[in-house]
Amino acid sequence: MKKGLYTVTENRALTKSVFLMRLAGDTSAVTAPGQFVNIALDGLYLRRPISVCDVSEKEITLIYKVVGDGTEQMSRLPEGAALDLLTGLGNGFDASLSGSKPVLIGGGVGVPPLFWLAKKLLQEDKQVTVILGFNTKDEIFFQEEFKALGADVIVTTVDGSVGIKGFVTDALKTLHPSYTYSCGPLPMLKAVYNTSDADGQFSFEERMGCGFGACMGCTCKTKQGHKRICKDGPVLKKEEIVW
Amino acid sequence: MVDTSVCLSGLTLDNPVIPCSGTFGFGYEFADLYDINILGSISVKGTTREPRYGNDTPRIAECTGGMLNAVGLQNPGVDRVVSEELPKLAAVYHKPVIANISGFSLDEYVECCEKISAAPNVGIIELNISCPNVHNGGMAFGTSADSAQAVTAAVRKVTDKPLYVKLSPNVTDITEIAKACEAAGADGLSLINTLLGMRIDVKRRKPVLANTTGGFSGPAIFPVAVRMVWQVYNAVKVPIIGMGGIRTARDVIEMMLAGASAVQVGSENLVNPFACKEIIEALPIEMEKLNIAKLSDITGGAHHG
Repeated sequence: MKKGLYTVTENRALTKSVFLMRLAGDTSAVTAPGQFVNIALDGLYLRRPISVCDVSEKEITLIYKVVGDGTEQMSRLPEGAALDLLTGLGNGFDASLSGSKPVLIGGGVGVPPLFWLAKKLLQEDKQVTVILGFNTKDEIFFQEEFKALGADVIVTTVDGSVGIKGFVTDALKTLHPSYTYSCGPLPMLKAVYNTSDADGQFSFEERMGCGFGACMGCTCKTKQGHKRICKDGPVLKKEEIVW
Repeated sequence: MVDTSVCLSGLTLDNPVIPCSGTFGFGYEFADLYDINILGSISVKGTTREPRYGNDTPRIAECTGGMLNAVGLQNPGVDRVVSEELPKLAAVYHKPVIANISGFSLDEYVECCEKISAAPNVGIIELNISCPNVHNGGMAFGTSADSAQAVTAAVRKVTDKPLYVKLSPNVTDITEIAKACEAAGADGLSLINTLLGMRIDVKRRKPVLANTTGGFSGPAIFPVAVRMVWQVYNAVKVPIIGMGGIRTARDVIEMMLAGASAVQVGSENLVNPFACKEIIEALPIEMEKLNIAKLSDITGGAHHG
């Protein structure tokens, strides 16, 4: 974990409520896809945890949805604004377990952390399929970016306005993944868990106090004892999950 | 050179800054961030006789100037704390620590205290009779003078280590409880624990916390803590560890002027993991600005003249 100041180099809307923000600064603590940063914002006591979408030597890319005061404030930040971040939080996805044909499954704002993971797996010459689940056409983002990486992309929408009508699991059940990586709302994670026989990793969300393991605010039960979503997670392996 | 050292029941601390129980885990994980040996001491995660998962999530809520928690004393139980957690801390932190203990019955408090007192790196026992997030325990012991006195007396019999009782602000008159603890043999008092609070999610029309209520902490409670330390300082002779919303070196000095001999920093660790380090580094500078040569001289300083 590192604490530092970052400069907003880009902050633009991808959909009506989803934004992409690029931040320049020290990225050395960010070591695995699926990790998150914790952002201090004016007038708000607790930091806001946001998953890392991509990282380079000089920049961190975040994609976030405006859901409350904190993310609303973020959406209004101009280029050049400075933000105080804790970086390198959480364990992240273990890409080494993917097998040759991993399937990455993202629902809504669960999609962003899969981007860097897909990039990493494709660099290792894996055959990567990405299932992106949204409610409707207007909510879709990053479909083209995943395609540009070289992944096979399947989009599902609940209302059928684009791609397969239904849920991510309607696409997943036609595939034979070597391994799955999932991030999205809890009901989606559970449905993926129950749909695929393949081993996999699941990224969980919980209301956090600190984000780095000190307060025990985000503890969950697992088959291997109590785990802190922020420090021992947010990614849990299929075999340890207790629903 | 200013002198930042303070004394608690014969134990000299290099400075008065102690991370608060529940905001610093068992301490050793912070050793990756900075040399934690600069800390005056560490009050470790609240420990009970049995292992505890704690409350369901969400356990955390936010409010203006602070936060609410309803963790509910999650800890691995006293046996594992003594055999694993405290030794791990001793490997990276070479000073005596404060062991914070809780319970749901007198027997539990006594057994927990006996076991944890045997750990070589425990310098002070902090008897938590003020946790608002557990039922039929914790705060139930700290909200009446009789039960506070009874649990203090029972624990007093089984430990030779300095015994500090951590008081609840959720009472009509904190000085009555403070006096009862002192009479029962407490060597000192820690105050304040969190204030009982609650938030409601207006979209869902339901409490934010799974436990409904939680403990309110953060900078917003600082004036309440200063007032209670002030009152208790007037009511007892034993030393006070002051806490509640401290976030700067100036806050430390204010709390000591109210009557604290040392302080604990809580919630601020959660939003700034370097908070204690920054406060310790700023203390000598603030002391010079305020013409304080020896920090321990200012305890209760606002009461005189």
